[in-house]
Amino acid sequence: MSDTTDNGQVLTTQDGKPLKAALRRALRREKLRAFLLIAPLLIFVLITFVAPIVDMLFRSVENSIVADTLPKTVIELNKWDSSSGEAPGEEVYAALYDDMLIAVDLKTHTRLGSRLNYEQSGISSLFRKTGRRIKRMDEDGPFKDQFIGADKKWGEVETWQVLQQFSPRYTDGYFLNAFDAQRGPEGIEMKPENEQIYMFLFGRTLFLSIVITLSCLLLGYPIAFLLASLPLRTSNLLMILVLLPFWTSLLVRTSAWKVLLQQQGVINDFLVWTRLIDDAGRLVMINNQTGTIIAMTHILLPFMILPLYSVMKTISPSYVRAAKSLGANDWTAFWRVYFPQSVPGIGAGAILVFILSIGYYITPELVGGTSGIFISNRIAYHISSSLNWGLAASLGTLLLVAVLVLFVVYDKIVGIDNVKLG
Amino acid sequence: MKLKTVILAGTALAFATSTALATDLTLVSWGGAYQASQKNAYTDPYIAENPGINVIWDESSAEAVAKLRAMNEAGNVTWDLVDVVASDAIRLCDEGLAMEIDADELLAAAPDGTPASEDFGDLLVSDCFIPQIVYSTTFGFRSDVDEWGGKEPTQICDVFDLETFPGKRSLEKRPINNMEWALLCDGVPKEEVYNVLETEEGQAQALAKLDTIKDNVVWWSAGAETPQLLADKEVVIGSTYNGRLFALIEEQKQPVKMLWDAQVFDLDGWIIPTGLPEDRLAEVKKLVKFATDTQRLADQAKFISYGPARKSSAPLVGQHATLGIDMAPHMPTDPNNAKNTFLYNYEWWADYRDDIDAKFQAWLAQ
Repeated sequence: MSDTTDNGQVLTTQDGKPLKAALRRALRREKLRAFLLIAPLLIFVLITFVAPIVDMLFRSVENSIVADTLPKTVIELNKWDSSSGEAPGEEVYAALYDDMLIAVDLKTHTRLGSRLNYEQSGISSLFRKTGRRIKRMDEDGPFKDQFIGADKKWGEVETWQVLQQFSPRYTDGYFLNAFDAQRGPEGIEMKPENEQIYMFLFGRTLFLSIVITLSCLLLGYPIAFLLASLPLRTSNLLMILVLLPFWTSLLVRTSAWKVLLQQQGVINDFLVWTRLIDDAGRLVMINNQTGTIIAMTHILLPFMILPLYSVMKTISPSYVRAAKSLGANDWTAFWRVYFPQSVPGIGAGAILVFILSIGYYITPELVGGTSGIFISNRIAYHISSSLNWGLAASLGTLLLVAVLVLFVVYDKIVGIDNVKLG
Repeated sequence: MKLKTVILAGTALAFATSTALATDLTLVSWGGAYQASQKNAYTDPYIAENPGINVIWDESSAEAVAKLRAMNEAGNVTWDLVDVVASDAIRLCDEGLAMEIDADELLAAAPDGTPASEDFGDLLVSDCFIPQIVYSTTFGFRSDVDEWGGKEPTQICDVFDLETFPGKRSLEKRPINNMEWALLCDGVPKEEVYNVLETEEGQAQALAKLDTIKDNVVWWSAGAETPQLLADKEVVIGSTYNGRLFALIEEQKQPVKMLWDAQVFDLDGWIIPTGLPEDRLAEVKKLVKFATDTQRLADQAKFISYGPARKSSAPLVGQHATLGIDMAPHMPTDPNNAKNTFLYNYEWWADYRDDIDAKFQAWLAQ
């Protein structure tokens, strides 16, 4: 369509304005009104969802604490050649003295110490100790000997290498750590084998989440099918049975699994009583991967059943009936006619369960023992115990990226339009 | 019109008095029996003397370090007094989140006039830390295990002896304490433990020793787990805090006994967050002075079997408030229990915790 007439004249409204502009203005007003309506939600999402994520992404590379606490030292230290094999010269120590005096007054030196201690053990106490000694040092120098006298670590090249390496305001150190790597003398290298853990845990988290999603699907599909096909009275009762555990506290459900699954627990006692196993051969079903899979499948099952049910509810029974009347047996009618129509529900349920399970940590912590814990358990540890928020942020970022990648892959294979919550 | 004025005036007055009367102080603790003992021994008597004070408890001590840091970054610290273990107090002090204190100025002297700094002595492990109790992490074992043939573990290395004492053990899911015990039982002398643990070989040695029992260990992360595991016969020996074992043995009457050998002493106490406004800080200081005086610390031992942090409190420790048994023999500091003890080296762990924890977790995951 064109906004000019055949003779080249522009279409106008009654008061002579071009029709296109007038329309655009009217639409703009409408759009603005619509925008104002969703603005509260948009602002809410920005503040409570987008901002924290951006903040987390930022924390995973942010490292201004060194340059802020020891500004003069950082400048002087940049001139030092770390491969020289010798500690830096007097001017660096003099700058350190000036910086430390201010830092001790502001009580920021111990903060810096615990930050750098993540990179090398012992720096925490080095700064604490030096902070106590700094006021007693001779302010006329020479500073190098006084610092080394306070702690011999100040004379070691490694200490200064760490300081120099982490003096920029942005660092890839946290991400290297999250990849089980570190920066050695010859560039980036893997950490020694006995310290590699995060990549392994990422792999395990993905693997267990897939297993949990599959077992949720296996258990949830028949239940959702029953819910959708039984008469309303029975299916309502069944629905309550599905929802009841959903409303029960997570910790109660997890603890209940402990009572059931432990070696002196209900299931093992029953098996011994029925002589299926003997007393010495009690099954180990908790504090390992089995425990995590069982407990998490139970907890996440409603998230699979509900989307499946709402999709199955919309599948008309007449299709299956038609298939059967055309000669299909039960299996063919189900597999060729019913199942393809329920795929959108499977997609929705699987995504929901998978994404929830990939970030779970309470249940794995309680029933996972050592072989059933997830990457989230380490993230929680770094947030709440070690206070290494930078590392926690970079692990969280990797988890986020992994989920996004899987999402794209899923979109390519199944198609994201093919997901329905009802 | 007149009635309206009266009502308005009355409401205004009610508001004025209520704000003037009640000063809310938010205390953070661990919940459970421990918080109850603090309430009974410290704050209830304090409120009885100072009716204007209202104490609100927040059971967040386990996440106190992270939460305080978040509050501090947000510039809105809502806590007034926080109960933390000594290692967390050191971390909070380093991060500038806890206020440095002068023990003699802030805390009450002992009844005989000994200044607080001497009365608490070495237990003032950080400039920000106000100690309350000495607790220990130690082992409890079931006394009815048939396979042991009447023998009972008497020393720490029996935990590593699967032949004489078969069965599952429970250990805490962190390197602290476990690494030290492993080295002690691998022939390292007590005074050498931290020197050895500083080296790569020493860490490998400790993990190798733990490897010998790894298949028989249930790892715990909450103090309540070991008592539960012992009661359920899931494990036969397990480490936890001595107060938890006391409750299991004396209150729940389970067939469990204490193994005090090589118990590791640790401290729990208060810190005051930095950045409190003057008026609230003044109230907090008053409360702390009262709550950590000699009598109050001794009173706490009536409710829970942890040792008071003041030397002057020890002779005042009496009987349990409800069980009526003498509490002194159940204190980790009692001479009979403290024949062989191990003191947690805070400064050392502050340096090596991150490094060794990474190795320990990698070892666990294998």
